[in-house]
Amino acid sequence: MTVIRHHPDSVTLMSFAAGALAEPLSAACSVHVSMCAQCRGELRDMELVGATLLGSTPMGGGRVAVPVKPRELQLGVHTGDGVGKRNGLPEPLARNYGLVLDEIPWKRLAPGVWQHHLALSRGAQGELYLIKLAPGCRLPLHGHTGAELTVVLTGAFSDASGEFRRGDMQDIDNAIEHQPLGDKEEGCVCLVAAEGPYLLKG
Amino acid sequence: MLRPSIDSPPAYAPRSVSAWGWMPDSLSRIATERSDGAFRRLFEEFGPQIRHYMMRHGADAATAEELAQETLLAVWRKAAQYSAAKGTPATWMFSIARNLRIDRLRREVCWQELSDDVAEGTPSEEAPPDATASEHERQARVQAALSALPDDQRDVVMLAFVEGLAHHAIAERLSLPLGTVKSRLRLAYQKVRAALEDLK
Repeated sequence: MTVIRHHPDSVTLMSFAAGALAEPLSAACSVHVSMCAQCRGELRDMELVGATLLGSTPMGGGRVAVPVKPRELQLGVHTGDGVGKRNGLPEPLARNYGLVLDEIPWKRLAPGVWQHHLALSRGAQGELYLIKLAPGCRLPLHGHTGAELTVVLTGAFSDASGEFRRGDMQDIDNAIEHQPLGDKEEGCVCLVAAEGPYLLKG
Repeated sequence: MLRPSIDSPPAYAPRSVSAWGWMPDSLSRIATERSDGAFRRLFEEFGPQIRHYMMRHGADAATAEELAQETLLAVWRKAAQYSAAKGTPATWMFSIARNLRIDRLRREVCWQELSDDVAEGTPSEEAPPDATASEHERQARVQAALSALPDDQRDVVMLAFVEGLAHHAIAERLSLPLGTVKSRLRLAYQKVRAALEDLK
């Protein structure tokens, strides 16, 4: 069992629960939450906040018509499809993109640095991509123009703020510049969600 | 006191008891009896609130009505799968409405929807047998904590949950710095969490 030490900021998770996060940031939260029982519990409490608020909204506008008789409805029986169990990626990522870890068509950005962009819905704000760092390789120093969420999928990376291992999320905003370094032995593969473009530093 | 500059009247009745308080009974009855009466009651009790939620997210009246119907049909269809491990029945209904809104109104991928394999989690986090009772208690505690929030904190929580506004959009709406919005949300959540602490 993975021990997860870095979680999203509670206000990030709240926004996720509210359905108020931009699509790429939601993707990163979903992947972290799928790997983190603690955050699944937090998420449920936050959804309870939403349910309670929704339950105290006005009842105006008349009835909502009952469209069919219940007997005419098929009862859904969900069966888990097991996607994500064998392809090395967390379930939400595997399900939504049909990706297999060993078959990602990486594009080389720099020595020891690869990237694979993930398509977003039309009109969605921000960017979502996978990044791979070879052991001991660094991303160039960069800042951000909005929130950036990074979830470690394999291996580990570190920067000035600490070490991030599988399942950990780094939740940073535009105030922070950093230069992640891939683990000396394993390197890392991460899912990165950015609200705005990077600001590269020379 | 700074109020959100929303066109419609405040969408919450801070001191009222949640109309969804009876849900644990109702949903389990739906799951077991599956009667026409329970089905109608589901629509009567929750339809208008879900329609209202959809309209606050920009749906026109007809679309909001359809989405409310669809939410409640999903609740009905999936009631047999409901388990206390997924949270209170009200939580479950909220998440169905939210997911449908993201899918239909924002037309984006709904990343909140975790597969049951994930959502059920490991055996250690399965709900204990008395979970329904304690879920009911959780809901009452959250209701009390939200009712006790100062207006400025409750306003940002409302804008996030009921209007689905991102932090920066809340900041614009209320003409506040982003950091203030985040700190109010954080304070509000700390109070909710404190109210639930001994139920963990």
